Amino acid sequence: MVKIMAAKSELLPGTLDMLILKTLTRAPMHGYGIALSIKRVSDDVLKVEEGSLYPALQRLLLQGWVKAEWKMTETNRRARYYTLTAAGRKQLGLELTQFGQMIGAIARVLQDA
Amino acid sequence: MEWLNRMLRKFGFFAKREQANRELEEEMRFHREQAERALRAEGAPAQEAHYKVARAFGNEARLGDESHGLTSFWFESVGQDIRFAARQLRKNPGFAATAVLILTLGIGAGVTIFSFVDAALIQPLPYKEPSRLVILHESNTLGPHFHLSYLDYLDYLHRNTVFQSLDVYGTFGFMLQTPTGPQPADGASVSAGFFRTLGVAPILGRDFRPGEDQPAAPRVALISYAAWQRRFGGRKDVLGQTAVLDSHPTTIIGVLPRSFHFAPAEPSDFWATERPDGDCEKNRGCHNLVGAARLRPGVSFGAALADAERIGVQLAQQYPDDDHGRGATMMPLTEAVLGNVRPLLLVLLTGAMLLLLIAAINVASLLLVRSERRKREMAVRGALGASRTRLIRQFVTEGIVLAISAGVLGTALAGVAMHLLLGLFPADVLATMPYFQQISLNPRVLTFAALVALVAGIVFSLLPALRVLLADLREGLTEGVRGSSGLVWRRFGSNLVVLELTVAVVLLVGAGLLGKSFYRLLRVDIGFVPEHVATLQVSGTANTYGTAPQQISFFRQLGARLATLPGVRSVAFASQLPIGDGDGSGNFRIVGQVWPSDHNEVLIRDISAGYFSTFETRLLRGRYFADDEDTSRQRVVVINQQMAKTYFPGEDPLGKQIYLEGSPKEAMEIVGVVDDIQEGQPDAAAQSGMYRPLNQNPDNPNDGFAVALRTAQNEDSVLSSATMAIHSVDSGLAVFDPVTMTQRMHDSPSASLHRSSAFLVGGFAGLALLLSVVGLYGVVAYSVSQRTREIGVRMALGAQRSAVYGLILREAGWLAAVGIGAGLICSVAATVLLRKLLFRVSSWDVPTLAAVAIVLAVAALLASYLPARRAASVNPTEALHAE
Repeated sequence: MVKIMAAKSELLPGTLDMLILKTLTRAPMHGYGIALSIKRVSDDVLKVEEGSLYPALQRLLLQGWVKAEWKMTETNRRARYYTLTAAGRKQLGLELTQFGQMIGAIARVLQDA
Repeated sequence: MEWLNRMLRKFGFFAKREQANRELEEEMRFHREQAERALRAEGAPAQEAHYKVARAFGNEARLGDESHGLTSFWFESVGQDIRFAARQLRKNPGFAATAVLILTLGIGAGVTIFSFVDAALIQPLPYKEPSRLVILHESNTLGPHFHLSYLDYLDYLHRNTVFQSLDVYGTFGFMLQTPTGPQPADGASVSAGFFRTLGVAPILGRDFRPGEDQPAAPRVALISYAAWQRRFGGRKDVLGQTAVLDSHPTTIIGVLPRSFHFAPAEPSDFWATERPDGDCEKNRGCHNLVGAARLRPGVSFGAALADAERIGVQLAQQYPDDDHGRGATMMPLTEAVLGNVRPLLLVLLTGAMLLLLIAAINVASLLLVRSERRKREMAVRGALGASRTRLIRQFVTEGIVLAISAGVLGTALAGVAMHLLLGLFPADVLATMPYFQQISLNPRVLTFAALVALVAGIVFSLLPALRVLLADLREGLTEGVRGSSGLVWRRFGSNLVVLELTVAVVLLVGAGLLGKSFYRLLRVDIGFVPEHVATLQVSGTANTYGTAPQQISFFRQLGARLATLPGVRSVAFASQLPIGDGDGSGNFRIVGQVWPSDHNEVLIRDISAGYFSTFETRLLRGRYFADDEDTSRQRVVVINQQMAKTYFPGEDPLGKQIYLEGSPKEAMEIVGVVDDIQEGQPDAAAQSGMYRPLNQNPDNPNDGFAVALRTAQNEDSVLSSATMAIHSVDSGLAVFDPVTMTQRMHDSPSASLHRSSAFLVGGFAGLALLLSVVGLYGVVAYSVSQRTREIGVRMALGAQRSAVYGLILREAGWLAAVGIGAGLICSVAATVLLRKLLFRVSSWDVPTLAAVAIVLAVAALLASYLPARRAASVNPTEALHAE
């Protein structure tokens, strides 16, 4: 099993919130699902530390960008599902724009060099 | 709006925080289970999967804390901290009790003394613009603060250009007619504008009207608030009532405010008018009044003094018979009110603050030792996920809990102590310090207490917190308690102990000097033997004993009656008793010397023939006078040594003729020279004085005289029988102030001031000694406990027990030596503050300095001997095996 441990520490600051919000656009998910989804979609490159995930989720809840409710999973376990709110969707758009601008800027710098 | 929503959401979380915590826990548990299941599905053994997940998850407690921290309010964890701090302090009651007790004592002392300082020096005096009020005295050859005569007052009043108003007061009290006969009542006579000058208005009734102090006006008086309550039950119908003061029916027209006091004339129940028709008032040479003036706006004290001095010079030239050698002196009223307590209070405040400092240092040391001991605890808590800020906050909370409890207890202690302290002063002396009657835990005092507690809290929380901040937490785990861990503390703690010892030396030196002053004061040569002397004051209002023979016969009869009392060995009468205010003087000239010579002001006492033998005063030359030396014989006088030295230097005064100014025909022959009897306060310098036979200068007993009785044994027991004996001779006389001479000295204002300062600073110094020695013990004991292993190694390598003793004692000795040395240097500087309170002791008193150094050195030796003995009895094998 190849571990790309480096990836987690190089997660750009502030991007975790954006990744969570983006993941939640697909469907309401529980915390484990979010972590799993980010890992899968990024082909195991991005591994979300549980240690940052839950504080981040609390933060998003507090900002009102996500809602949480307890539901049953397919395996009939109780789990807390997070849903994107309208404010969260707006915030995601904002962050994506900013992120795009930054990536573009970085890319331009790198091309020049 | 967004922040509002967020705030509301936060409140929502807060309201349901129990639930939120449970949910977070459940959520994370779910996460772990899912992850474990996934790992097992990949084929990992159950146990391994569990650990792997746990590791990946990290510190769950900290995680919970972090998530929680986002959604929680800061005060939630503060609440936890306080609960934890209280638990910590409860768990270690010895530490908590010691720290709180020490700090309570320190804060209690500080707040108590501050309440006195506040009452006297911070609260404004109860007058309008007190800074513009001054007291006007006249100086004479005896000193700067003597009375004005009424006629002099009128001249100052009319000639000055600097006073907005000038009034006078005289403080001779009254004989008040009561159903049980005349009784002395405290009181003062003032000119009609006196209260307007002070800017004080009665709370009931009215002030004197201009002109109500003139002979034609009906006699009226104001009363103090206290007298209104005490004598008239606080009834409103007091207005219009009549009090018979010195046989004059006087109508009460007003009550002064409760807050009003005028220390130079206190205690005073009745404030009557000073009228120009009295015998004394018509005589420019009869000085009985003090001026109180309000400066015109914009006139400086210096300018006013210059103007008053100008008038003084004019008067001396214009009326040489009465005012030659006199001049005007002035002082701010605040100085007259507070002059004698200010240095005392400043010394006490300094002492209390130093004690507080020592107490704070001691508690800080305790906290530091504890933080050292808790290093491990901190390391463990850190490892278990407590963040550094949280750890520091824990110390801060503990420090604040400590400071607040000590602050509250200390303030309560002060509330009790301030009233106990007032008890140090005799009632008579306290009455002259009326501002202390308002002493209380007022908002200013409470603010002070809060400030002290706040500063203490900050210091106590920052010190240990600083340790956490500076130290690497992991060190605490790996290192255990061995090695250099205590080094920082030891160095810091040592410095603190040196500081403590220094402060203790300063306080001890102060206490030593004040104690020595007090001792000297009590043993000062007063020129008579005060033991076994009983004294009484007698006065009356009746219209009896109008002629000199009647007066002489009264005193002979009373003397014979008193002499028969059991236990009485001799009887004396005098116009005034020794250890008084040192007032009562006149000017004399020497027959045959060319006038004008100097203006020779000396104390004058008229005494009965038995006076000197009753007081056992040493006769230096010549003879005492006899009872049969009356007006039919050559006038004689006995002078004291000071007068002989001052006015007859290198001559034999015996046989010289002198006379009082204004009575050149009544020349007196000096027949004797006696030791200087201290007529003023015990700490006053000796003054020239003359003693005339009562029988040649008879006075009406109703005008007041003093009785002194020398007894065989207990002088206390004669006081009541003497009172009855006086009443048996004349039941119309009032007998008051029965007191033994030793008590009179003990209760004298100067003895009270010296005693209270010596006692208080002594108390502070005692506590400081105790605390600093305990502090030294703590440092040495801690150092020994840290060096147990080192000592074990030394002993295993062959060090003798004596060498170990030496090792520890040297360390302690060094600290003590530095502390004591620094303390001695500081005390020499600090005692400058004391100079005004010292009596016949220089602030450089070597014996005191040496004694303090020895006391502290011995105490330090004892404090370090115990830990040294423990160190020396270390078993090398055990010490090496330990840890």
